[in-house]
Formats: sequence, C-alpha cells, structure tokens
Amino acid sequence: MAKQLTIFVENRAGRLKSISENLHRNHIDIRAFTIQDRGDYGLLRLIVDKPNDAYLALADVGCACALKDVLAVSVPDQPGNFHLLTSALAADGINITDAYGFVLQPHKLGICCMEIEQSQLPKAAEIVRRAGFTVMEDEELYTL
Amino acid sequence: MDIPFWNREIETAERSRIEELQLQRLRQTIGWALKTVLYRKRLAQVGINSPDDVKSLGDLRRIPFTTKDDLRVSFPKGHLAVDMADVLRIHSSSGTTGIPTVIYYARDDVDNWTDLLARSIVATGATSADVFQNMMTYGFFTGGLGLHYGAERVGLTVIPIGGGNTKRQIQTMKDFQTTILHVTPSYLLHIHSKLGEEGVRLEDLSLHRAFIGAEPHSENTRRKIQDLLHIEAYNSYGLSELNGPGVAFECVCRKDMHVWEDAFIAEIVDPKTGEVLQDGQEGELVLTNVVRRATPMLRYRTRDLAFLHPQGCDCGRTHRRLSRILGRTDDMLIINGVNVFPSQIEEKIMKIPEVATNYQIHVDKKGALDRLTVKVEIYPKLFLGEVSKLEALKRRIVEELRASITISPGVELHEPGSLPVFEGKAKRVVDERPKD
Repeated sequence: MAKQLTIFVENRAGRLKSISENLHRNHIDIRAFTIQDRGDYGLLRLIVDKPNDAYLALADVGCACALKDVLAVSVPDQPGNFHLLTSALAADGINITDAYGFVLQPHKLGICCMEIEQSQLPKAAEIVRRAGFTVMEDEELYTL
Repeated sequence: MDIPFWNREIETAERSRIEELQLQRLRQTIGWALKTVLYRKRLAQVGINSPDDVKSLGDLRRIPFTTKDDLRVSFPKGHLAVDMADVLRIHSSSGTTGIPTVIYYARDDVDNWTDLLARSIVATGATSADVFQNMMTYGFFTGGLGLHYGAERVGLTVIPIGGGNTKRQIQTMKDFQTTILHVTPSYLLHIHSKLGEEGVRLEDLSLHRAFIGAEPHSENTRRKIQDLLHIEAYNSYGLSELNGPGVAFECVCRKDMHVWEDAFIAEIVDPKTGEVLQDGQEGELVLTNVVRRATPMLRYRTRDLAFLHPQGCDCGRTHRRLSRILGRTDDMLIINGVNVFPSQIEEKIMKIPEVATNYQIHVDKKGALDRLTVKVEIYPKLFLGEVSKLEALKRRIVEELRASITISPGVELHEPGSLPVFEGKAKRVVDERPKD
C-alpha cells in the first residue's frame, strides 16, 4: 500500500518553506503534493520517495505529521476511466473520504490517491483491482 | 434642577446619621456572620464573639478580609447564616478554577436589594411612565433579575427580554417604544451598528436612557453612546458577591456612582498591604454588606481598582461617589460583560489530550463586541493526519468552554512549538482591545 505523509501547517507566510527546506536538506524527493485548506491551518499531503525518512526528519523538529496508507491507483488517461473507478467503489459502498489526482512525468501516468477508512482499505484495493485498475505499491510509486 | 428621590430621607441623610445606621447594621450583620462556619472562627480570632464586641465603625478594620477564594473554600454552605427553608433565592457565578461561588438571599435580602435598585433607577430620573427593556442575561447572573425586580418596584413597564438576539431586541424597542435599556456598553454599540440593517431609524424609537454596566468602559465610550443614540447613559456598579447591581449607581448628574452607604460600607485599600486609604486615593474597593442576612459578607475584596470622591454631589445625596472601575488587581477578563478567568480556560483545555501544553488567550474587538480566541498547539503524538479529527477537536474546545465560561470562543489550531512560551500565565493573555 502507498504511504502518504500528512503534515499540519499553520496558514501563515513561511510555514511551507520551513517544511520544504527540511525535506530538501534530507534529500527527499517529492512526487506529488496537495493542500487541504481549513482556514487557519491546512494539511499538506505528500507522496515522497522515502516516506519513513521524511516522517522522521519532520517529527524530529517537532512537526505534527502522520504517515498513513492510501489507495493509489493508476488510471490511464482516457475519458470515463475516473468514472469507472468511482463506480466500482460506490457499488460496494466504499466511501472515499478524500482524493486527489496527479500525473507522473515523464510517463504521463495518471494516479488517483484516495483516502479511505483504514479498515476498508484492503477491500477497496480488491474492488479496484477487480475493476481492472492497478493499485500502486509504495516502491512502484516512489521509483516511477 | 428637579432631583428625584426614592427615599429622600436616607439618600440625603447627614454623614453622622449614615454612620449611625452603618454601625447598628454592622452589629446586626456580625450576629448573622457568627452563625456561619466561614466567619465564626475568624471573628473569634480577632476577639469578636458577639455583636457587642463591635463598639465603633473603626472596629471593622480588625476584621480580616474575605476573598473569592474564601467563598470557594466554603462552597456550598460554609457562609450560609440561615436555614435553607428561609432562603428565597440562590445566585451563583463561575469560580476561577471550576468551583462556583454561591450567594443565598432570604426574603428580606431580596427585598432590600430590590429597594436599592428602585432607589438607583429613580436616581436617574426614571418614572413609572418608562418602558424598560432589560437586555441583561436572566438566570444565575444577577444583572437580569436584579434590575427586573427594582424596575417593577418603581412601576416601570418591564420587558424581560434577556440577552442576545439583536434583531429581536431592535424590533422590541420599536414595537413597545422602549425608553430605557439595561445593557453592556459593547452590546449597546453593537445594537446601534445594526439599526440600519434592520431598517430602523433613531426617530422610529423613543429611547431616553441606558443603564450601562457589567463591563469597564471609559468616559469616551459613554459619550459615544450618548452621542450616537441621543440618550443619557448611566453607569451601574455591582458584583454578584454583593447582591449584584445596585451597589452603586449614577444619579442625574452622571458624575460617578453613589455607593448606597446605608447598605454597604465601602473602603479603598492598598491592594498589596491591605492598608485603608483616604478618599480620593486609588486602590482596591472593599465592601461590607450590612443588610444581608442569609449570606453576610464582611470586607470583601472586590479586586476592582477605583477611588471614592471626597466631595459631595450636586444632587444633594450624601452617599459618597465611586469612580468608574480603573482596573483589576487580578487577571480577570471581562468579555462582553461576562467575567472570565484565564485559569478557567486553562483548566478546560489542558484536560484535552490532543492539545499540547502551550496556549494563548487572545481578546480583541470585532465591531463593537469583544471577541475571544483561544489558540492552542496540537500535540504531535496524537496527530493522525485527519481533518475530521482536528475539526472535532475544535468543536470540543468550543463546547467545553461554552459550558464552563458561557462564551463560545474562536479556536485556532497551531503547530507544536509555534506559540510564544512564557513563564507566567498572565503573559498567555493577549488583550488587543483598544483601551479607549
């Protein structure tokens, strides 16, 4: 299962920079990121090449951060594919609590990262596979 | 000028007559106090075992001060001087650390309190022809019920609307052509700012007066209220430990508040040494209630800083005037008229595991109203990366604080280690309200 690093960040100037600086210093390669904005704070969510190292580097300086399993699915860039994916999950009553997509260069590979309640994750992975998609394992995702 | 009185004889009595009444009532109060666990021992320690041991008003200075902490320790009945069957009413306020303070009123106590408020109301020139909209909170808080009873005794038309709901307040002011408001200064300014939104002009209303209290305000704020609303604003002073409102009130001269000295013995003391100061000197107000049987209160440290005017008043009243409240000797905050101690907030938020040890209490103004924001750092070990948990944490902080201090604060979540670290807890409070 792919690992996502979630970091609590206050919404003020310079906070993201202090995180990117720390990751850069520790030679962490960011593959994808997204920010969930909540007004006074946000959650920075990262897919990185070395999630454990990144987590330790940030936790070491007192950051509030967490590693969690997410369902990362490769979705070939064709009309209707995202709909196929969501339909498969919906048919089995799986709720996607949060999701974001990105395209990995240079392969132009579409990836959909979904946060799903941890207890339902294995079932969701199975459903997605049955629907013909590829679930990215962590190493795969980080080394693409 | 035609000066109205409720009880001219008492209100204009010679000082000697007032002091005679004070001594006689103080003795009676000592008799009541000796029935309480709180006072029996401490009065005995200074050689007072019966009312006869108090020979003069000077003997008052032998009696040790009473503090809010004493009332907390004696909660719930250590300071009760009558049988519960004789208690007519209970008022209570939240304590600094969770234990509330409670005041009991016997039938005579409610009656005396009501009379002091009737006296206060009449001193402002109000009459039974007035329509009185009481915007103070009813319930445990003394501000609402106290003025309600006083206004009824004078015969005003009382609208017991209570606090909040600005739309309805404005509509009610219009529907019943309210002439007098009882309100905190900040809420009154807030109401004024909303009149336009409600499509109401001052000409649609019949406001003449406002009784403003429950929070400190400057002379400039009073002037602003008077100018904006074309009314007369009267300062009111009281605290729940001494009945509530009606300890001191302004007369038509509006030059500070007459302390009703036949009911209260007022002293100004040096807050550090406890030494009694002269009239005109600023210090901590200490009050003794000499007309309350169920909960006698001797030399209560109000924590309010003020001074007493040495000279008389143009209205002819002989009861000394108390300045507006100039500050506090403790860290109590007054937020939209509600008393809040930082320790109450600390106690609640430090019980929540997802909150780290550092926090900040921030107070500022949003429009005319005070705004309280509690800033907390999140505890990294319990951070799971889920928005829903963080939002639930915010809601929990709001609910815990609303239950304890009756105010719903704004809550800001901060990164661990991001809030300034201070040694003393007073520094955790940032009050950015303009002083004027």
